[in-house]
Amino acid sequence: MNLNDLLNHTSEWLKGSGPHSDIVISSRIRLARNLDKSAFPNWANKKQSEQALNTIEEAITKVDYLKNTTTFNLADLDSIDKQFLIERHLMSYEHAQKADSKAVVIDDEEIVSIMINEEDHIRMQVMQSGFNLFEAWNIINSIDDCLAKELDFAFLADWGYLTACPTNTGTGMRGSVMLHLPALVMTRQINRVLAAIAKLSFTTRGLYGEGTQASGNFFQVSNQVSLGHSEDEIMGNINGLIKQIIEQESQARQLLFSRNKAMLEDKIYRSFGILKSAHIISSQETIELMSMVRLGCDLGMVKDIDRRTINELFIITQPAHLQKRENKKLSTQERDVKRAEIIRSKLKI
Amino acid sequence: MLCDICGKNQATVHLTEIIDDQMTELHLCEECARQKSTQMEQQFGLSDLLAGLAEFEKPLAKEKEAVMVKCSSCGLSYTEFKKIGRLGCGECYSAFRKYLGPLLKRIHGSSMHFGKSPLKVTKVLKKKIDLQDLRHKLQKAIEMEEFEEAARIRDQIKELEKKQLQNNEEKKEDK
Repeated sequence: MNLNDLLNHTSEWLKGSGPHSDIVISSRIRLARNLDKSAFPNWANKKQSEQALNTIEEAITKVDYLKNTTTFNLADLDSIDKQFLIERHLMSYEHAQKADSKAVVIDDEEIVSIMINEEDHIRMQVMQSGFNLFEAWNIINSIDDCLAKELDFAFLADWGYLTACPTNTGTGMRGSVMLHLPALVMTRQINRVLAAIAKLSFTTRGLYGEGTQASGNFFQVSNQVSLGHSEDEIMGNINGLIKQIIEQESQARQLLFSRNKAMLEDKIYRSFGILKSAHIISSQETIELMSMVRLGCDLGMVKDIDRRTINELFIITQPAHLQKRENKKLSTQERDVKRAEIIRSKLKI
Repeated sequence: MLCDICGKNQATVHLTEIIDDQMTELHLCEECARQKSTQMEQQFGLSDLLAGLAEFEKPLAKEKEAVMVKCSSCGLSYTEFKKIGRLGCGECYSAFRKYLGPLLKRIHGSSMHFGKSPLKVTKVLKKKIDLQDLRHKLQKAIEMEEFEEAARIRDQIKELEKKQLQNNEEKKEDK
Protein backbone atom coordinates (compact mmCIF):
# COMPACT_ATOMS: atom_id res chain seq x y z
CA MET A 1 0.00 0.00 0.00
CA ASN A 2 1.17 3.47 -0.88
CA LEU A 3 0.03 6.54 1.05
CA ASN A 4 -1.53 7.94 -2.12
CA ASP A 5 -3.76 4.85 -2.37
CA LEU A 6 -5.48 6.04 0.77
CA LEU A 7 -6.61 9.24 -0.95
CA ASN A 8 -9.39 7.41 -2.77
CA HIS A 9 -10.21 5.09 0.06
CA THR A 10 -12.87 5.73 2.71
CA SER A 11 -11.52 5.06 6.20
CA GLU A 12 -13.49 2.58 8.24
CA TRP A 13 -14.47 5.28 10.73
CA LEU A 14 -15.95 7.48 8.00
CA LYS A 15 -18.17 4.88 6.39
CA GLY A 16 -21.19 6.31 8.16
CA SER A 17 -22.51 2.82 8.87
CA GLY A 18 -22.85 0.69 11.99
CA PRO A 19 -25.21 1.00 14.98
CA HIS A 20 -26.50 4.51 15.82
CA SER A 21 -24.46 6.03 13.02
CA ASP A 22 -26.76 9.07 12.97
CA ILE A 23 -25.20 10.20 16.26
CA VAL A 24 -22.08 8.08 16.70
CA ILE A 25 -19.41 8.62 14.07
CA SER A 26 -16.97 5.99 15.25
CA SER A 27 -15.78 3.79 18.09
CA ARG A 28 -12.13 3.26 18.84
CA ILE A 29 -10.11 1.19 21.29
CA ARG A 30 -6.43 1.62 21.90
CA LEU A 31 -4.06 -0.46 23.97
CA ALA A 32 -0.67 0.64 25.27
CA ARG A 33 2.03 -2.01 25.63
CA ASN A 34 5.72 -1.90 26.42
CA LEU A 35 8.53 -4.37 26.02
CA ASP A 36 9.83 -5.89 29.22
CA LYS A 37 13.34 -4.90 30.29
CA SER A 38 13.61 -2.19 27.69
CA ALA A 39 13.66 1.58 28.26
CA PHE A 40 10.46 3.38 27.26
CA PRO A 41 10.75 5.43 24.02
CA ASN A 42 11.12 8.88 25.64
CA TRP A 43 13.89 7.65 27.92
CA ALA A 44 15.65 5.24 25.55
CA ASN A 45 18.83 6.06 23.66
CA LYS A 46 19.03 5.74 19.89
CA LYS A 47 20.36 2.21 19.94
CA GLN A 48 17.69 1.00 22.37
CA SER A 49 14.95 2.64 20.30
CA GLU A 50 16.21 1.04 17.08
CA GLN A 51 16.31 -2.32 18.80
CA ALA A 52 12.74 -1.99 20.12
CA LEU A 53 11.53 -0.90 16.67
CA ASN A 54 13.15 -3.90 14.97
CA THR A 55 11.87 -6.38 17.56
CA ILE A 56 8.31 -5.12 17.25
CA GLU A 57 8.37 -4.89 13.45
CA GLU A 58 9.56 -8.47 13.28
CA ALA A 59 6.85 -9.66 15.69
CA ILE A 60 4.19 -7.95 13.58
CA THR A 61 5.25 -9.89 10.46
CA LYS A 62 4.51 -13.11 12.35
CA VAL A 63 0.94 -12.20 13.24
CA ASP A 64 -1.67 -13.57 10.83
CA TYR A 65 -4.12 -10.84 11.76
CA LEU A 66 -1.65 -8.24 10.53
CA LYS A 67 -0.81 -9.79 7.16
CA ASN A 68 -2.38 -7.04 5.08
CA THR A 69 -0.56 -4.19 6.71
CA THR A 70 2.03 -1.69 5.57
CA THR A 71 4.74 -0.26 7.77
CA PHE A 72 5.69 3.38 7.32
CA ASN A 73 8.90 4.56 8.93
CA LEU A 74 8.36 8.13 10.05
CA ALA A 75 11.82 9.16 8.91
CA ASP A 76 10.67 8.48 5.32
CA LEU A 77 7.59 10.69 5.53
CA ASP A 78 7.45 14.44 4.88
CA SER A 79 5.41 16.81 7.00
CA ILE A 80 2.36 16.66 4.69
CA ASP A 81 2.38 12.84 4.80
CA LYS A 82 2.47 12.92 8.57
CA GLN A 83 -0.33 15.46 8.79
CA PHE A 84 -2.27 13.32 6.31
CA LEU A 85 -2.06 10.30 8.64
CA ILE A 86 -3.07 12.43 11.63
CA GLU A 87 -6.12 13.74 9.76
CA ARG A 88 -7.13 10.15 9.00
CA HIS A 89 -6.79 9.32 12.72
CA LEU A 90 -4.15 6.71 11.96
CA MET A 91 -1.47 8.40 14.00
CA SER A 92 -1.27 10.87 16.87
CA TYR A 93 0.08 14.39 16.69
CA GLU A 94 2.66 13.47 19.31
CA HIS A 95 3.95 10.58 17.19
CA ALA A 96 4.70 12.97 14.33
CA GLN A 97 6.93 15.22 16.42
CA LYS A 98 10.33 13.52 16.44
CA ALA A 99 10.75 11.01 13.62
CA ASP A 100 13.69 8.98 14.97
CA SER A 101 13.16 5.21 15.22
CA LYS A 102 9.42 5.49 14.89
CA ALA A 103 6.97 3.71 12.64
CA VAL A 104 3.28 3.34 12.07
CA VAL A 105 1.71 0.12 10.80
CA ILE A 106 -1.62 0.42 9.00
CA ASP A 107 -3.91 -2.25 7.59
CA ASP A 108 -5.49 -1.93 4.14
CA GLU A 109 -8.96 -1.27 5.53
CA GLU A 110 -7.65 1.41 7.93
CA ILE A 111 -9.25 -0.45 10.82
CA VAL A 112 -6.01 -1.24 12.62
CA SER A 113 -3.08 1.06 13.22
CA ILE A 114 -0.06 0.43 15.39
CA MET A 115 2.29 3.22 16.41
CA ILE A 116 5.74 1.99 17.38
CA ASN A 117 7.83 4.08 19.78
CA GLU A 118 5.24 6.73 20.48
CA GLU A 119 5.02 7.43 24.22
CA ASP A 120 4.92 3.66 24.73
CA HIS A 121 6.66 1.02 22.61
CA ILE A 122 3.34 -0.08 21.18
CA ARG A 123 0.16 1.91 20.82
CA MET A 124 -2.35 -0.11 18.84
CA GLN A 125 -5.80 1.02 17.90
CA VAL A 126 -8.83 -0.46 16.22
CA MET A 127 -11.58 1.71 14.76
CA GLN A 128 -15.12 0.84 13.83
CA SER A 129 -17.87 2.86 12.22
CA GLY A 130 -20.82 3.73 14.42
CA PHE A 131 -21.38 2.60 18.02
CA ASN A 132 -19.41 -0.63 18.05
CA LEU A 133 -16.90 -0.76 20.90
CA PHE A 134 -17.27 -4.49 21.52
CA GLU A 135 -16.40 -5.41 17.94
CA ALA A 136 -13.36 -3.13 18.15
CA TRP A 137 -12.39 -4.87 21.38
CA ASN A 138 -12.70 -8.36 19.84
CA ILE A 139 -10.31 -7.40 17.06
CA ILE A 140 -7.74 -5.62 19.23
CA ASN A 141 -7.85 -8.33 21.89
CA SER A 142 -6.92 -10.98 19.30
CA ILE A 143 -4.10 -8.85 17.93
CA ASP A 144 -2.81 -8.23 21.44
CA ASP A 145 -2.86 -11.98 22.20
CA CYS A 146 -0.98 -12.75 18.98
CA LEU A 147 1.66 -10.10 19.71
CA ALA A 148 2.01 -11.37 23.28
CA LYS A 149 3.07 -14.75 21.87
CA GLU A 150 5.98 -13.06 20.09
CA LEU A 151 6.90 -10.36 22.62
CA ASP A 152 7.42 -10.11 26.38
CA PHE A 153 5.35 -7.22 27.70
CA ALA A 154 6.17 -5.22 30.82
CA PHE A 155 3.54 -6.43 33.29
CA LEU A 156 3.02 -6.76 37.03
CA ALA A 157 0.31 -8.95 38.56
CA ASP A 158 -1.01 -6.17 40.80
CA TRP A 159 -0.53 -3.17 38.49
CA GLY A 160 -1.14 -4.76 35.09
CA TYR A 161 0.50 -3.48 31.93
CA LEU A 162 3.19 -0.92 32.68
CA THR A 163 3.15 2.28 30.65
CA ALA A 164 5.36 5.36 30.43
CA CYS A 165 2.63 7.55 31.91
CA PRO A 166 0.95 6.28 35.08
CA THR A 167 -2.40 7.50 33.76
CA ASN A 168 -2.42 4.51 31.37
CA THR A 169 -1.17 1.82 33.75
CA GLY A 170 -3.31 -1.28 34.26
CA THR A 171 -5.28 -2.28 31.21
CA GLY A 172 -3.46 0.31 29.08
CA MET A 173 -6.83 0.68 27.44
CA ARG A 174 -8.60 3.77 26.24
CA GLY A 175 -12.01 3.39 24.62
CA SER A 176 -13.30 6.43 22.75
CA VAL A 177 -16.52 7.19 20.98
CA MET A 178 -16.87 10.10 18.56
CA LEU A 179 -20.26 11.73 18.83
CA HIS A 180 -22.08 14.32 16.76
CA LEU A 181 -24.29 16.30 19.14
CA PRO A 182 -25.66 19.34 17.29
CA ALA A 183 -29.08 19.31 18.96
CA LEU A 184 -27.62 19.25 22.48
CA VAL A 185 -25.44 22.21 21.50
CA MET A 186 -28.33 24.14 19.92
CA THR A 187 -30.64 23.56 22.86
CA ARG A 188 -27.81 24.66 25.18
CA GLN A 189 -27.85 21.42 27.11
CA ILE A 190 -24.34 20.42 26.16
CA ASN A 191 -22.67 22.03 29.20
CA ARG A 192 -24.80 19.99 31.52
CA VAL A 193 -23.95 16.82 29.58
CA LEU A 194 -20.21 17.59 29.50
CA ALA A 195 -20.24 18.30 33.23
CA ALA A 196 -21.93 14.96 33.91
CA ILE A 197 -19.36 13.17 31.74
CA ALA A 198 -16.50 14.77 33.69
CA LYS A 199 -18.08 13.81 37.01
CA LEU A 200 -18.15 10.15 35.95
CA SER A 201 -14.39 10.38 35.26
CA PHE A 202 -14.62 10.31 31.52
CA THR A 203 -13.00 12.95 29.33
CA THR A 204 -14.31 14.86 26.37
CA ARG A 205 -12.06 15.99 23.56
CA GLY A 206 -12.35 17.45 20.09
CA LEU A 207 -12.07 15.74 16.72
CA TYR A 208 -8.32 15.25 16.88
CA GLY A 209 -7.82 13.93 20.36
CA GLU A 210 -5.83 15.22 23.27
CA GLY A 211 -5.69 18.97 23.56
CA THR A 212 -7.95 19.73 20.61
CA GLN A 213 -11.05 21.90 20.66
CA ALA A 214 -14.48 20.50 20.15
CA SER A 215 -15.59 21.90 16.81
CA GLY A 216 -18.61 21.47 14.57
CA ASN A 217 -20.48 19.81 17.42
CA PHE A 218 -18.17 16.80 17.41
CA PHE A 219 -17.11 15.37 20.75
CA GLN A 220 -14.87 12.45 21.60
CA VAL A 221 -15.71 10.76 24.89
CA SER A 222 -13.24 8.34 26.47
CA ASN A 223 -12.48 6.63 29.75
CA GLN A 224 -9.91 8.18 32.03
CA VAL A 225 -9.40 5.33 34.46
CA SER A 226 -7.40 2.32 33.26
CA LEU A 227 -6.58 0.57 36.54
CA GLY A 228 -8.95 -1.22 38.89
CA HIS A 229 -11.51 -2.25 36.28
CA SER A 230 -11.37 -5.04 33.74
CA GLU A 231 -11.58 -4.23 30.02
CA ASP A 232 -15.16 -5.49 29.93
CA GLU A 233 -16.14 -3.24 32.83
CA ILE A 234 -14.50 -0.22 31.24
CA MET A 235 -16.33 -0.86 27.98
CA GLY A 236 -19.58 -1.51 29.83
CA ASN A 237 -19.22 1.84 31.59
CA ILE A 238 -18.54 3.76 28.36
CA ASN A 239 -21.37 1.93 26.64
CA GLY A 240 -23.85 2.82 29.37
CA LEU A 241 -22.80 6.46 29.31
CA ILE A 242 -22.88 6.75 25.51
CA LYS A 243 -26.34 5.16 25.36
CA GLN A 244 -27.63 7.89 27.64
CA ILE A 245 -26.00 10.63 25.60
CA ILE A 246 -27.48 9.15 22.39
CA GLU A 247 -30.88 9.13 24.06
CA GLN A 248 -30.54 12.79 25.11
CA GLU A 249 -29.37 13.90 21.68
CA SER A 250 -32.28 12.05 20.02
CA GLN A 251 -34.75 13.74 22.34
CA ALA A 252 -33.20 17.15 21.71
CA ARG A 253 -33.41 16.55 17.94
CA GLN A 254 -37.08 15.62 18.21
CA LEU A 255 -37.76 18.65 20.36
CA LEU A 256 -36.14 20.98 17.83
CA PHE A 257 -37.95 19.28 14.99
CA SER A 258 -41.36 19.57 16.58
CA ARG A 259 -41.04 23.02 18.18
CA ASN A 260 -38.53 24.92 16.09
CA LYS A 261 -38.79 23.34 12.68
CA ALA A 262 -38.55 26.62 10.76
CA MET A 263 -35.41 27.67 12.64
CA LEU A 264 -33.88 24.24 12.12
CA GLU A 265 -34.68 24.21 8.40
CA ASP A 266 -33.30 27.70 8.06
CA LYS A 267 -29.98 26.76 9.69
CA ILE A 268 -29.61 23.55 7.71
CA TYR A 269 -30.52 24.96 4.28
CA ARG A 270 -28.45 28.10 4.82
CA SER A 271 -25.45 25.92 5.66
CA PHE A 272 -26.10 23.79 2.61
CA GLY A 273 -26.44 26.93 0.53
CA ILE A 274 -23.13 28.39 1.67
CA LEU A 275 -21.31 25.12 1.06
CA LYS A 276 -22.79 24.86 -2.44
CA SER A 277 -21.85 28.39 -3.42
CA ALA A 278 -18.77 29.46 -1.45
CA HIS A 279 -15.56 30.17 -3.36
CA ILE A 280 -13.33 30.61 -0.31
CA ILE A 281 -13.87 28.55 2.83
CA SER A 282 -11.75 27.63 5.89
CA SER A 283 -11.64 24.11 7.31
CA GLN A 284 -13.23 25.35 10.53
CA GLU A 285 -16.21 26.85 8.68
CA THR A 286 -16.49 23.70 6.58
CA ILE A 287 -16.75 21.49 9.64
CA GLU A 288 -19.34 23.75 11.25
CA LEU A 289 -21.54 23.94 8.14
CA MET A 290 -21.13 20.26 7.33
CA SER A 291 -22.27 19.48 10.85
CA MET A 292 -25.59 21.18 10.09
CA VAL A 293 -25.94 19.44 6.73
CA ARG A 294 -25.27 16.12 8.41
CA LEU A 295 -28.03 16.86 10.90
CA GLY A 296 -30.33 17.70 8.00
CA CYS A 297 -29.42 14.37 6.44
CA ASP A 298 -30.12 12.48 9.69
CA LEU A 299 -33.51 14.18 10.04
CA GLY A 300 -34.45 13.43 6.45
CA MET A 301 -34.52 17.13 5.52
CA VAL A 302 -31.57 16.96 3.14
CA LYS A 303 -32.20 14.15 0.71
CA ASP A 304 -29.80 14.81 -2.17
CA ILE A 305 -26.71 13.76 -0.29
CA ASP A 306 -25.89 10.76 1.89
CA ARG A 307 -23.98 10.48 5.14
CA ARG A 308 -21.00 8.78 3.56
CA THR A 309 -20.47 11.65 1.11
CA ILE A 310 -20.67 14.13 3.97
CA ASN A 311 -18.14 12.11 5.98
CA GLU A 312 -15.83 11.92 2.99
CA LEU A 313 -16.03 15.67 2.53
CA PHE A 314 -14.99 16.13 6.15
CA ILE A 315 -11.75 14.35 5.50
CA ILE A 316 -10.82 15.36 1.94
CA THR A 317 -11.18 19.04 2.80
CA GLN A 318 -8.57 18.83 5.59
CA PRO A 319 -5.32 20.73 4.88
CA ALA A 320 -2.97 17.79 4.27
CA HIS A 321 -5.58 15.92 2.23
CA LEU A 322 -5.99 18.93 -0.06
CA GLN A 323 -2.25 19.22 -0.53
CA LYS A 324 -1.79 15.52 -1.12
CA ARG A 325 -4.54 15.63 -3.72
CA GLU A 326 -2.89 18.52 -5.53
CA ASN A 327 0.50 16.95 -4.92
CA LYS A 328 2.06 20.25 -3.85
CA LYS A 329 2.32 22.63 -0.92
CA LEU A 330 -0.56 25.11 -0.76
CA SER A 331 -0.80 28.28 1.31
CA THR A 332 -3.78 28.77 3.62
CA GLN A 333 -5.43 31.06 1.04
CA GLU A 334 -4.86 28.59 -1.78
CA ARG A 335 -6.29 25.81 0.34
CA ASP A 336 -9.42 27.80 1.16
CA VAL A 337 -10.07 28.31 -2.57
CA LYS A 338 -9.33 24.68 -3.45
CA ARG A 339 -11.51 23.44 -0.58
CA ALA A 340 -14.49 25.49 -1.77
CA GLU A 341 -13.97 24.17 -5.30
CA ILE A 342 -14.02 20.51 -4.17
CA ILE A 343 -17.09 21.02 -1.98
CA ARG A 344 -18.96 22.72 -4.83
CA SER A 345 -18.17 19.91 -7.22
CA LYS A 346 -19.21 17.22 -4.70
CA LEU A 347 -22.45 18.98 -3.81
CA LYS A 348 -23.44 19.87 -7.37
CA ILE A 349 -26.91 18.44 -7.72
CA MET B 1 -16.34 40.39 18.09
CA LEU B 2 -13.60 42.03 20.13
CA CYS B 3 -11.01 40.25 22.24
CA ASP B 4 -12.19 39.48 25.80
CA ILE B 5 -8.81 40.36 27.29
CA CYS B 6 -7.56 43.51 25.55
CA GLY B 7 -10.90 44.60 24.12
CA LYS B 8 -9.05 46.24 21.21
CA ASN B 9 -8.39 43.68 18.50
CA GLN B 10 -10.75 41.43 16.59
CA ALA B 11 -11.15 38.04 18.34
CA THR B 12 -10.02 35.21 16.08
CA VAL B 13 -9.32 32.46 18.61
CA HIS B 14 -12.24 30.91 20.44
CA LEU B 15 -11.42 28.92 23.52
CA THR B 16 -13.65 26.69 25.59
CA GLU B 17 -12.40 25.89 29.06
CA ILE B 18 -13.96 23.41 31.43
CA ILE B 19 -12.96 24.02 35.02
CA ASP B 20 -14.78 22.24 37.83
CA ASP B 21 -17.70 21.29 35.58
CA GLN B 22 -18.15 24.92 34.54
CA MET B 23 -17.72 25.67 30.87
CA THR B 24 -16.53 29.13 29.99
CA GLU B 25 -15.96 30.55 26.55
CA LEU B 26 -13.18 32.96 25.78
CA HIS B 27 -12.83 34.95 22.60
CA LEU B 28 -9.33 36.25 22.08
CA CYS B 29 -7.22 38.06 19.54
CA GLU B 30 -4.14 36.24 18.30
CA GLU B 31 -1.78 38.26 20.50
CA CYS B 32 -3.66 37.58 23.75
CA ALA B 33 -4.29 33.95 22.79
CA ARG B 34 -0.57 33.38 22.42
CA GLN B 35 0.07 34.83 25.85
CA LYS B 36 -2.75 32.80 27.32
CA SER B 37 -1.52 29.57 25.76
CA THR B 38 2.00 29.94 27.14
CA GLN B 39 0.46 30.68 30.52
CA MET B 40 -1.67 27.56 30.23
CA GLU B 41 1.26 25.39 29.21
CA GLN B 42 3.15 26.63 32.21
CA GLN B 43 0.22 25.96 34.48
CA PHE B 44 -1.44 22.91 33.09
CA GLY B 45 1.15 20.69 31.40
CA LEU B 46 0.23 17.07 32.08
CA SER B 47 3.65 16.39 33.51
CA ASP B 48 3.16 19.23 35.98
CA LEU B 49 -0.22 17.88 36.89
CA LEU B 50 1.24 14.45 37.57
CA ALA B 51 4.17 15.96 39.37
CA GLY B 52 1.65 17.92 41.43
CA LEU B 53 -0.12 14.72 42.36
CA ALA B 54 3.16 13.07 43.28
CA GLU B 55 4.03 16.13 45.34
CA PHE B 56 0.98 15.48 47.44
CA GLU B 57 2.58 12.33 48.76
CA LYS B 58 5.60 14.15 50.12
CA PRO B 59 4.52 14.41 53.74
CA LEU B 60 3.90 10.65 53.77
CA ALA B 61 7.15 9.56 52.17
CA LYS B 62 10.44 10.65 53.55
CA GLU B 63 11.42 13.48 51.27
CA LYS B 64 15.15 12.91 51.20
CA GLU B 65 14.73 9.24 50.61
CA ALA B 66 12.53 9.83 47.57
CA VAL B 67 15.07 12.21 46.07
CA MET B 68 17.77 9.57 46.33
CA VAL B 69 15.81 6.70 44.75
CA LYS B 70 16.95 5.72 41.28
CA CYS B 71 15.81 2.92 38.97
CA SER B 72 18.76 0.53 38.75
CA SER B 73 17.67 -0.65 35.32
CA CYS B 74 17.33 2.59 33.35
CA GLY B 75 18.87 5.15 35.71
CA LEU B 76 15.81 7.42 35.99
CA SER B 77 15.54 9.04 39.41
CA TYR B 78 12.26 9.68 41.18
CA THR B 79 13.00 13.41 41.09
CA GLU B 80 13.35 13.24 37.30
CA PHE B 81 10.09 11.31 37.04
CA LYS B 82 8.36 14.05 39.00
CA LYS B 83 9.74 16.60 36.58
CA ILE B 84 8.81 14.86 33.32
CA GLY B 85 5.81 12.83 34.46
CA ARG B 86 6.93 9.78 32.49
CA LEU B 87 8.62 6.63 33.76
CA GLY B 88 11.79 5.32 32.14
CA CYS B 89 11.10 1.58 31.92
CA GLY B 90 8.99 -1.22 33.39
CA GLU B 91 11.49 -1.72 36.22
CA CYS B 92 10.83 1.85 37.43
CA TYR B 93 7.49 0.63 38.74
CA SER B 94 9.28 -1.74 41.11
CA ALA B 95 11.98 0.77 42.01
CA PHE B 96 9.47 3.51 42.89
CA ARG B 97 6.76 1.13 44.16
CA LYS B 98 6.43 2.89 47.52
CA TYR B 99 5.67 6.25 45.91
CA LEU B 100 3.80 5.05 42.83
CA GLY B 101 1.23 3.01 44.74
CA PRO B 102 -0.43 6.07 46.32
CA LEU B 103 -0.05 8.01 43.04
CA LEU B 104 -1.84 5.29 41.04
CA LYS B 105 -4.55 5.20 43.66
CA ARG B 106 -4.96 8.95 43.36
CA ILE B 107 -5.19 8.84 39.55
CA HIS B 108 -7.36 5.75 39.11
CA GLY B 109 -9.09 5.41 42.47
CA SER B 110 -7.52 1.97 42.73
CA SER B 111 -4.10 0.37 42.71
CA MET B 112 -5.18 -3.15 41.77
CA HIS B 113 -5.24 -4.44 38.19
CA PHE B 114 -8.27 -6.53 37.27
CA GLY B 115 -7.94 -6.79 33.51
CA LYS B 116 -6.35 -9.22 31.12
CA SER B 117 -2.79 -10.49 31.38
CA PRO B 118 -0.27 -11.61 28.76
CA LEU B 119 -0.61 -15.23 27.63
CA LYS B 120 3.06 -15.95 28.09
CA VAL B 121 3.97 -15.48 31.78
CA THR B 122 6.23 -17.20 34.30
CA LYS B 123 4.74 -19.70 36.76
CA VAL B 124 5.25 -17.33 39.68
CA LEU B 125 3.49 -14.49 37.87
CA LYS B 126 0.67 -16.83 36.79
CA LYS B 127 -0.01 -17.71 40.43
CA LYS B 128 -0.09 -14.03 41.37
CA ILE B 129 -2.49 -13.31 38.51
CA ASP B 130 -4.80 -16.17 39.57
CA LEU B 131 -4.88 -14.83 43.09
CA GLN B 132 -5.66 -11.39 41.77
CA ASP B 133 -8.55 -12.74 39.68
CA LEU B 134 -10.00 -14.44 42.72
CA ARG B 135 -9.82 -11.21 44.72
CA HIS B 136 -11.70 -9.47 41.94
CA LYS B 137 -14.36 -12.20 41.90
CA LEU B 138 -14.67 -11.87 45.67
CA GLN B 139 -15.25 -8.14 45.39
CA LYS B 140 -17.90 -8.71 42.70
CA ALA B 141 -19.66 -11.39 44.75
CA ILE B 142 -19.82 -9.07 47.74
CA GLU B 143 -21.20 -6.25 45.56
CA MET B 144 -23.89 -8.61 44.26
CA GLU B 145 -24.59 -9.75 47.84
CA GLU B 146 -23.86 -13.36 46.92
CA PHE B 147 -22.34 -14.15 50.28
CA GLU B 148 -22.15 -17.95 49.99
CA GLU B 149 -20.19 -17.60 46.77
CA ALA B 150 -18.05 -14.93 48.44
CA ALA B 151 -17.24 -17.23 51.35
CA ARG B 152 -16.24 -19.99 48.93
CA ILE B 153 -13.91 -17.66 47.03
CA ARG B 154 -12.47 -16.30 50.28
CA ASP B 155 -11.52 -19.85 51.32
CA GLN B 156 -9.94 -20.45 47.94
CA ILE B 157 -7.86 -17.30 48.33
CA LYS B 158 -6.75 -18.32 51.84
CA GLU B 159 -5.76 -21.73 50.52
CA LEU B 160 -3.69 -20.23 47.71
CA GLU B 161 -2.05 -17.67 49.98
CA LYS B 162 -1.11 -20.41 52.45
CA LYS B 163 0.45 -22.47 49.68
CA GLN B 164 2.45 -19.49 48.45
CA LEU B 165 3.68 -18.79 51.95
CA GLN B 166 4.75 -22.41 52.41
CA ASN B 167 6.54 -22.38 49.06
CA ASN B 168 8.39 -19.24 50.01
CA GLU B 169 9.47 -20.69 53.35
CA GLU B 170 10.62 -23.94 51.76
CA LYS B 171 12.72 -21.92 49.35
CA LYS B 172 14.25 -19.98 52.22
CA GLU B 173 15.09 -23.20 54.07
CA ASP B 174 16.65 -24.65 50.93
CA LYS B 175 18.96 -21.69 50.75
